[in-house]
Amino acid sequence: MAERDFTRTSFEEHLAEGYLMGVRCRSCGALSAVPRPLCPACRVEDLEWVELSGRGVVEGFTVIHVPPTPLAAAGFGRDNPYASAVVRLAEGPWITAQLVGVDPKRPESIRVGLKVRAEVIHQGEAARLAFRPED
Amino acid sequence: MKGKLGRGVALVGAGVGKFGAFPRKDSRDLFVEAFRELVASVDNKGFDPTEIEALFIGNYSSELFEHQGHLAPILADWVGLTPRAALRVEGACASGGIALRQGVLAVASGLYDVVLVGGVERMTALPTEAVTDTLATAGDVLYEFPAGFTFPGFYAAMATAYAARYGMPYEALMEVARKNHAHGALNDKAQFGMTIRAIMDRRLAKAREKGGPLPGWRDELDFLRDPGANPPVAWPLRLFDCSPITDGAAAVLVVAEELARRFTDRPLRVLGTGQASDACLYGRADLTSLRSAREAAAQAYTMAGVKPSGVKLAEVHDCFTIAEVLAVEDLGFFPSGQGWRAARDGATHRDGTIPVNTSGGLKAKGHPVGASGVAQVVELWKQMRGEAGPRQVGHDVDLALAHNVGGTGQTCVVHIFGRG
Ligand SMILES: [Zn+2]
Repeated sequence: MAERDFTRTSFEEHLAEGYLMGVRCRSCGALSAVPRPLCPACRVEDLEWVELSGRGVVEGFTVIHVPPTPLAAAGFGRDNPYASAVVRLAEGPWITAQLVGVDPKRPESIRVGLKVRAEVIHQGEAARLAFRPED
Repeated sequence: MKGKLGRGVALVGAGVGKFGAFPRKDSRDLFVEAFRELVASVDNKGFDPTEIEALFIGNYSSELFEHQGHLAPILADWVGLTPRAALRVEGACASGGIALRQGVLAVASGLYDVVLVGGVERMTALPTEAVTDTLATAGDVLYEFPAGFTFPGFYAAMATAYAARYGMPYEALMEVARKNHAHGALNDKAQFGMTIRAIMDRRLAKAREKGGPLPGWRDELDFLRDPGANPPVAWPLRLFDCSPITDGAAAVLVVAEELARRFTDRPLRVLGTGQASDACLYGRADLTSLRSAREAAAQAYTMAGVKPSGVKLAEVHDCFTIAEVLAVEDLGFFPSGQGWRAARDGATHRDGTIPVNTSGGLKAKGHPVGASGVAQVVELWKQMRGEAGPRQVGHDVDLALAHNVGGTGQTCVVHIFGRG
C-alpha cells in the first residue's frame, strides 16, 4: 500500500482493507487523517502514509434524527437515529465519523471527552470509518 | 493587505421581499420583489435604475434548488438591466455577504460608481430530505457527508463541545429562539412573524378543535421542552433551534460615497469589511469558536477603527441558536463562555445593551441562504435610519454590524456601517 496517491480513493481503499491511514509531511512532520497531495502546514509535496492507532477522544457529537437521503434509505430516521462525532485522534489530527456502540436514543449517555476506537463498518457497498467507545 | 478601501463607499437604498414559502414564484420573481422595494427606498425620487452599472448576486445553489444555473444574467434581464455585467457570488450561506463585499470592492476600485448587490434563494421547491442533502454540500462531501453529518449536525457538534467546555445548559439555546421569534413577530417580512407563545397558542387552539386531551404547556419554555412540540433534528438541536427552509430575496444599492448625496441625504457609510476562510470541521483546533469569524471581524473592526463596544446593533448569522451564541463571542460582544447568557439575561434583546437580530434573525425571519447576508444589511439600513417601524430600537444606532457565515465557518464575512 506504500505508493498509493494521497486521495480519498486511497483513503477508502485503506478502510476497505481495515486500516485507518493518515498522511505525514516528511518535511515539517504535520499529520493529517484526511489525505491530501500537499502539506497544508508547509506546502511541501513530500508526504508519506502512516497507519494511525485509531484511538481517539470525542470533541463534539450529535444524534441525527433527520438524516441525508443515503442514510434515510439505509433505514435511519426519527425512529432510528444515529450518532456522528468529531474525533481527535491520539496522534493529534481530527476526523469526522459515525459513532457505533452508543445508544442514540439516550444522547445524554454520550459525552464530549469519551474515549473511542476506530473500526470499519459497511453501509451498502461502502466501507465507512466509525468509532466505538473503548471498553 | 492595506486594510482600507480605495475610496469611500455608501449604501443609498435597500429592499427585501416577503420571506416564506411561495410555490408559485421562482427566484427571479423573488428578486424582482426585492428590486422594487430597493427602488422605492431611494429617497431621491428621481432615481433612475438604469444608473446601475453592474449586478452582484449572492446565491448558494440555484442548480440544486431549482435546476437553474447561470442565474445572474436572468435576474439582470428580469429587472431590465441587461447588458450590464451581472455575476453570481457563492459562499454557501455567506453568498449574500460576500456579494456585498464584491460590490463594495468594485465601487471602491473606481471601476463602477453605482452597483446593485442582491441575494436570492428559492429553497422550498425541494422536499426536506433533498434540502438537507443540498445544505450538507456546504460541508465536505468526501469526509463529512459519509460520516453522517447534516448541516444541523455540524452545529449540534459545536453545541456539545461548547456546553462541555463552558457548562451551558441546552435550555439556554431556547432563550435565543424565544428572543428571535419575539423580534420576528414585529417584522412583517418574516417567515415566522410569531412569538413562540403565539405558535404554542395556535397549536393549543388546533388541539381544542380536534378534541381529546390538551397538551399541558405552562409557558414558552415548557412548550419548547416538549419533544412532541419541539422534536430533535440533530440532538441537542431541536426544530426550534433551526432556521427554516425559505424562499426570499434582498437587495441594496451601493455607490461611491462622493455621489451618495445624489440619492439620499441619509446614506450609510461602509466603514469596515472583512472576510476569512477556514478548513472543514476535521481541520479545526476548536469547535467552540469560528476562527474565520474572529479573523473577518478583526479585519472589519481595524478598517473601521472601532471596537466591539462601539457597536449599537448587530445582525448575526443564527442559522442555529448555538451559532448566535458563538457569534456574539467571536464578534467580541461577550467574553468566551459568556455568550450563552446574553439572550437569557436580555442583553441581546431589542431593548438590551447590544440588540442582536432585531429582524428576527435567520431563525424567525427565515433563511433563504443566498439572500440572508443581504437581508441582514437591509435590517441595519432600516434601524440606522429609524425606519424599522414597530421593532425600531430605542437608542440611536450610528454604528451597526452584519456577520454572515458560510457553511460551518469555512467562510465568514463581516461588515460595519456608520451614518454618512
Ligand atoms: Zn509540512
